[in-house]
This record gives sequence, structure tokens and C-alpha cells, in this order.
Amino acid sequence: MKSHINARNVIVALVALGLTLLPAYSALTGNIFILTLFTRIVIFALAAASLNLIMGYGGMMSFGHAAYLGIGGYAVGILAHEGIGSGFIQWPVALALSALYALVIGALSLRTRGVYFIMITLAFAQMAYYIASGLSRYGGDDGLTIYKRSTFGGLIDLSNRVQFYYLCLFCLFGGVYLIWRIVNSRFGMVVQGVRSNEQRMQAIGFHANRYRLVCFVISGTICGLAGALLANNTDFISPAGMYWTRSGELMVMVVFGGMGSLFGPVLGTIVFLLLEEILSQFTEYWALIMGPLLLLIVLFARGGIMGLLGRLSRG
Amino acid sequence: MADPLLRVENLVRSFGGIKATDNLSLDVVPGELHAIIGPNGAGKTTLISQLTGQLMPNSGTIHFAGREITRLPPYQRSRLGLARSFQITCLLPDFTAADNVALAAQAHDGHSFRFWGSARKERHLRDAAQAALARVGLARRAEVLVSELSHGEQRELELAVALATKPQLLLLDEPMAGLGVTESARMVALLKELRKEVTIVLVEHDMEAVFALADRITVLVYGCVIASGDPDAIRNNEEVRRAYLGDQHVVVSHG
Repeated sequence: MKSHINARNVIVALVALGLTLLPAYSALTGNIFILTLFTRIVIFALAAASLNLIMGYGGMMSFGHAAYLGIGGYAVGILAHEGIGSGFIQWPVALALSALYALVIGALSLRTRGVYFIMITLAFAQMAYYIASGLSRYGGDDGLTIYKRSTFGGLIDLSNRVQFYYLCLFCLFGGVYLIWRIVNSRFGMVVQGVRSNEQRMQAIGFHANRYRLVCFVISGTICGLAGALLANNTDFISPAGMYWTRSGELMVMVVFGGMGSLFGPVLGTIVFLLLEEILSQFTEYWALIMGPLLLLIVLFARGGIMGLLGRLSRG
Repeated sequence: MADPLLRVENLVRSFGGIKATDNLSLDVVPGELHAIIGPNGAGKTTLISQLTGQLMPNSGTIHFAGREITRLPPYQRSRLGLARSFQITCLLPDFTAADNVALAAQAHDGHSFRFWGSARKERHLRDAAQAALARVGLARRAEVLVSELSHGEQRELELAVALATKPQLLLLDEPMAGLGVTESARMVALLKELRKEVTIVLVEHDMEAVFALADRITVLVYGCVIASGDPDAIRNNEEVRRAYLGDQHVVVSHG
């Protein structure tokens, strides 16, 4: 047996522990800001993990993942606006709509490969963005304020910062665990096989696109959940949150952390959003620093942070 | 003669003005090793691609095990028991040898919409993979990444992957391509064993191997069958000699 104690796994475990204990730190120091910041980070980490499932494991470079954040968010926002405040209705609707969108977009996009796939997923996401902008009843361009967070019949209070944080963290860990099971399952092996060599997979008897499509839908559904969480976190939903730059940020988070590594997107999101937070205190041109950093990672650390840690582990 | 396992009738495939497959008909009976030879550009790979479904013919039909498969996509042909190896090695480079073969076994073991259990822990898939690897002499290389296998080992792995799909018919597209002398000899010995279990269509440049292995040989030139028969008949066929002018002594002297 290979030893599981190495630099990479230790750091992953420490980060997971740190995320779990964060509310205690926040309570002890009275630092509420850090809890707010990390709630956002955890939600985006879930979105990045879902993108990693198709991008890292499936080899499908979707440039339209922000659409699911929007769909999940609008499902919550619109239902709340129409007086349906129960999360037991809002959230299943958010997931179902995300899955449906993924099914339709996937069925059309997966006929293409490479750059065309990137462009077509981008185009559909932009269509979703403009549709959201056109929803004049729900604020159009200005967005929609959500006056009341989803209710779960007294089970959990989403307005309570700590409870909401733990709900988000539960979703993140649950999502990562689910993805871990999936990538090691029969299904996951097929999806990764298709990424590696589609022709070979066809020749041994797999209908490649069927598996890709299901993977695409799973990913979109998980990201829809992140969207529902995000809308509750900001108490607000607007088309800006599903603009193509948001999809780009999600891709950067995945690449930062390491494509095709289970926990990579979580680390990538933490680093990306912390950097954004810190750098933007010094300059509004923080992207000028983030850009070259991304360039360095792509050029010199192909596997992202997880890749670097892996090299460290091997000594 | 037994009912053919594979029957190709009047197959035509052209690329622009060139007929790469020109009204080609061919039978493969169960149990035989049927070699297809021909000079470069005779349309051998084009034929194989149509048999496996990578390429659709313009006209003509292909029947396999009594069923018409002319328009079936590759994955369905594989399900029916038609397996192939590729002329240019076509494996999953970032997977281990065992994973490559286990996936082939998995493809023929029900659907793969199973999301929870670990595929690498499914005993019968790993056993099937190990058995196929042992068959081609790669048992000890099971956990090596494909990208780290030698070219010769990759050729053998191609064969193991095809075997793991439990085929009725094995289409081998130049399995000897790029192999050294000893590796070639090993491959010939391996094919001699395999032919006892499975019907084989062998496309090969190595004449020595073809004449040592084949029950029947079909000779293609410019997409047409110019001769088909047992090795002796082919060796003495005037038209074949002419087509192979450059290689004439090879055809005549070995066997």
C-alpha cells in the first residue's frame, strides 16, 4: 500500500479542518467579515468543483458554467418573489431547471469538440444572460432583491450566519464526495476514458456521447445548487452574476487549483477569491496582478496548486 | 463451406474521384484466419474502417453473424462481437494497461451508468483484464501507464484490449507495424495461439507472417480484389506476382 500521509493530503486535510472550524474562529475573534467571505468562497468552490467534473475529468471545456449559477439563483429569487418561500420547493426547482438546461445545451453542444464546444457553451450562456436581462417583471438588468431567504420548515435558519455557512460547507463536502464516488465508478472511468481517447472507447463498445451528456447534466445540476446557495447568500440575483466573465472566473479557479484533481478546485477557489479580496484593497486593477499569476501557473505548474503539492509529496 | 461470419458485398467507397474500395466482395468463414494483403494504397485500411464503422460505405452491404451492420456505429458493432486493433496504436495513454483492458471488459458487462461503486474494485473486471493481459504476455506490466510501455508492449496491449471484448471476429490492422524481429516473432506465435479460439481478419505488410498464418489470403489492388485463395494459390497467382513486382521474391520465397 502507498502511504496516504504526504504533503498534499496533509494540506488538504488541514484546509478541510480549517473550513470546518472557521465559525469558531470567527466567534472567538468577533471577526464576522471572514465568515461572510468564506461563505462566498465555499459556494464558489462547489461551483468550481462541478465545473472540474466535466472540464478536468471529462475534457469538456464548458465556457458557460455561470449560467447554472444564474438559473439556480433565479429559481430561488423568482419563487420567493411570487410568494413561495419554502426551500423544499425552491431548491428542487433550481436543481431541476439546471439539469434541464444542461440536458438541452449538452445535447446540442456535444455534437462539437474543442474550440467549437467552448464557443457554443459560451453562446448559450450569453443567451441565458440576455433572457435574464429581459425579465422585466423580475428586475431585468437591475436584478431582483430576495427579501426572505429560503425556509426549511424550521429545520435550519438560513439567516443565521453560522447555520448558513455550515449548510454551504455541507453542500461542498457532499458535492466533492459525490464527485469522488463518480470519478472512480464505472461511469467515471468511461467519462475519463472518452477524454483520453474517444475513438478507442467507441471501438471497445461505448456510446461516448451518452456518457458525456449525463456527466454534463450532473455537473450543471451541482452548479445549480451553488446558484441557489449564492442567491441566498447575497439576498439578490441579477444577470451580472451569469455574465461570461463569471464563467471565465470559474475556469480560472479550476485551473488554479488543478484540473482533474478532486480537491484542487476548492484550493483554487480559496486562493483566487482571497487574492482578489486582498489585492483589491490595494488597487482596483487587481486583475493586472492576477493575470500574470495565472500565466505563471499555466506555464510552469500545469497541475495547478494540487500539481505543485503532488511534486512536493514525491520530494 | 460454413455460413460466413462476415460477408461483404459490392462495397464501394470513394474519396473525391478516387475509388478506395471498388465493388469489393469478401467472405470470412468461422474459424479461419483470413489475411488481406496488397501494396500501399490498395485500400486495406479504408476497408477495415468500413468494417468497424469508422467510415460509411457509399454503397454495398456488410453482414456480420447473419445481421446487416452496414450502417451501425462502431460501438454497436463492438457489442455484436466485432473487435479491432488499430494500425497506429490507439489506447488510453494516461491509464494503466490493466485499466485499458478492464474498460474493454466493462463495455461488455452491462451498461456503465453506475455512479457509486469503485470500478477498480470490481473483482471480475480486474480478473478479466488480468487474464487478457496474461494472454499476450503483459501480466507483469498491468499497473504500468500506457504512455510508459514500449511500442512492442503497446501493440500487445492493443490485442489484449480487443480480446477482452470477447469478440467473435478480430480485425487486426497491421499488428506487426513497427515491431522488431524478435517482437514480430512473438506476435506471430501469439496469433498462432489466438487463431484457435477466434476468427481473425489480418491486414499485414509482413509477408512472412501472412504466409505463415493465413488459411486464406485476399489480395487487394486499387480497392479491388484481384485474387482470393489459400496461400499456395496466391503464391502462384500471376496477377498477384505482377501487382507485387517489387516484392515478388518475398511472395515467392517464403512460406
